[in-house]
Amino acid sequence: MSAAASAGSIPSRNRTVLLLVGGLALALVPLAALAGDRFWLNILVYTYLFAGLSVAWNIIAGFGGQFSFGHAVFFGTGAYAAAVLQARFGWNAWATLPVALALGAAVGAFIGALSFRYGLRGSYFALVTLAFAEVFRILANSVKFTGGGVGLLIPLKSSALDFQFQGKAGFLYVILVLTLAGFLLSWWLERSRYGAWLTAVRDNEDSAAALGVDVFRVKLQAIVISAGLMAAGGAFYVQYFHYIDPHIAYGPAVSVEALLGPIVGGLGTVFGPLLGAAALKLLGELTRNLMGDAPGVSLMIYGAVLIAMVTFLPRGIAGLFRRFARAA
Amino acid sequence: MLEARHVSISFGGLKAVDDASLAVPAGSITSLIGPNGAGKSTLFGILSGFLEPDAGSVSFLGQDVTGLAPHRICRLGMTRTFQLAQPFAGQTVRENIAVGSHLHQAQRKAALAHAESIALRVGLSGQLDKPARDLTIAGRKRLELARALATEPKLLLLDEVLAGLNPQEVSEMSPVIRSIRDSGVTVLMIEHVMQAVMNLSEHTGVLNNGQLIAEGKPADVTRDPRVIEAYLGRGAAERLRTSGNEAHA
Repeated sequence: MSAAASAGSIPSRNRTVLLLVGGLALALVPLAALAGDRFWLNILVYTYLFAGLSVAWNIIAGFGGQFSFGHAVFFGTGAYAAAVLQARFGWNAWATLPVALALGAAVGAFIGALSFRYGLRGSYFALVTLAFAEVFRILANSVKFTGGGVGLLIPLKSSALDFQFQGKAGFLYVILVLTLAGFLLSWWLERSRYGAWLTAVRDNEDSAAALGVDVFRVKLQAIVISAGLMAAGGAFYVQYFHYIDPHIAYGPAVSVEALLGPIVGGLGTVFGPLLGAAALKLLGELTRNLMGDAPGVSLMIYGAVLIAMVTFLPRGIAGLFRRFARAA
Repeated sequence: MLEARHVSISFGGLKAVDDASLAVPAGSITSLIGPNGAGKSTLFGILSGFLEPDAGSVSFLGQDVTGLAPHRICRLGMTRTFQLAQPFAGQTVRENIAVGSHLHQAQRKAALAHAESIALRVGLSGQLDKPARDLTIAGRKRLELARALATEPKLLLLDEVLAGLNPQEVSEMSPVIRSIRDSGVTVLMIEHVMQAVMNLSEHTGVLNNGQLIAEGKPADVTRDPRVIEAYLGRGAAERLRTSGNEAHA
């Protein structure tokens, strides 16, 4: 993580190399754990999924400044697309992935177009996204082809060709690739014209418009990218968990999880969501294992640490690294 | 170059701009003056596409741009600054200016390099790596100017770039504006600092209660009784003249 830490001081070429090395190292960490320990493998898969969702949310909220409280709407759409196509239409699981992604992106485009056309910002935008997630949850609960409140089981198969891995290790590689793709996308955002426009829009829409930035379009593109990534995460989740119901898909848990990573790790930074997701997952597992006997205590500790982090590290873990780098 | 014809806009019952017409000749520094609340910034908003007029039209380089979105107008070559400087606070000066540069530079590296050359023109070279929020008022005004300039406009609308500056800073800024004009950019500026209006602009329009009440050379305009009354109240011109006569006698 030293790459993010000293980002300000090293020449840009070294920075690029460091970033790549950092990314690779990140990719290699799980390989060590691949010895076959199911417990750790499971934690790693969820950590990377969490990181991937965080990266997705960070694109529209961290870089774009549009705080969505209902990102589950994209996650759930991706999850249901994958589940319904497999369970009802007998599709191959891999084939459902692009469809899930596209459908999630389409929902993103729809919500984005609606909100941004009418200039919804800040808490209004947050509430609209929250409302959409709830509407989708209720819809999924009521219509037949999603299985209603009972949910959907996807057919069990056991070959990599069907996106199901017996050793589970395959899942880790897939989610690693997905998360890495999101990470590289954020990395590109930091050094591209589109990223410059997006952060300009976040910081001041009027100024951005006066400088020739098509504010509406830039925001719309960001939410489509973000939604697509979320949906891919949803499709992956179904594949890993074999089951989806309206509460898992569209409930607030996923929305909150997606925003906690970047907020704790560092909003609008490339490494922040990854750091935040890793730290929170670690914390969650630790408290659960240490305090497992007393129900609720682990959640209380988790909450207390969250509050402390937001209070004392408003710029997230990435901000802490940066502060150290400046002091050094 | 820019022509507004019979432009009007109301907010509720208030006619903020009322049948105003204004022409900005290419290559000039034209100024727009008027008392507080006269509708100057509102007129700017209409010219730059942030507001759509209820009536009238705006044409730029012979093209009708009435009601066109700001980013489209910017792409045609007309850019504005804001009265209250609105930097991208978390970003450095260089990154701020580069947002403007990106209009014509797709590559990040090229835009950042271009931003440096623009910073040099407005005297921000020493502060390129500073976060924009750490700039002084004068620095922020320069940044507004730099960002707008980075889009390589043909016409620059400056909304009170000198307001809030001390006399020293004003005299430092004036040559910058003149050099921008000399580099081929037409300038339309809203300004309260009369000394700067007189020094810089060849042509000035006076707005009062949303109406353009006078137009011409700054020196002539400021002697116009209607202008004096707009600033100092009804009858002020008369009083000034008689008191002037008494002083002479």
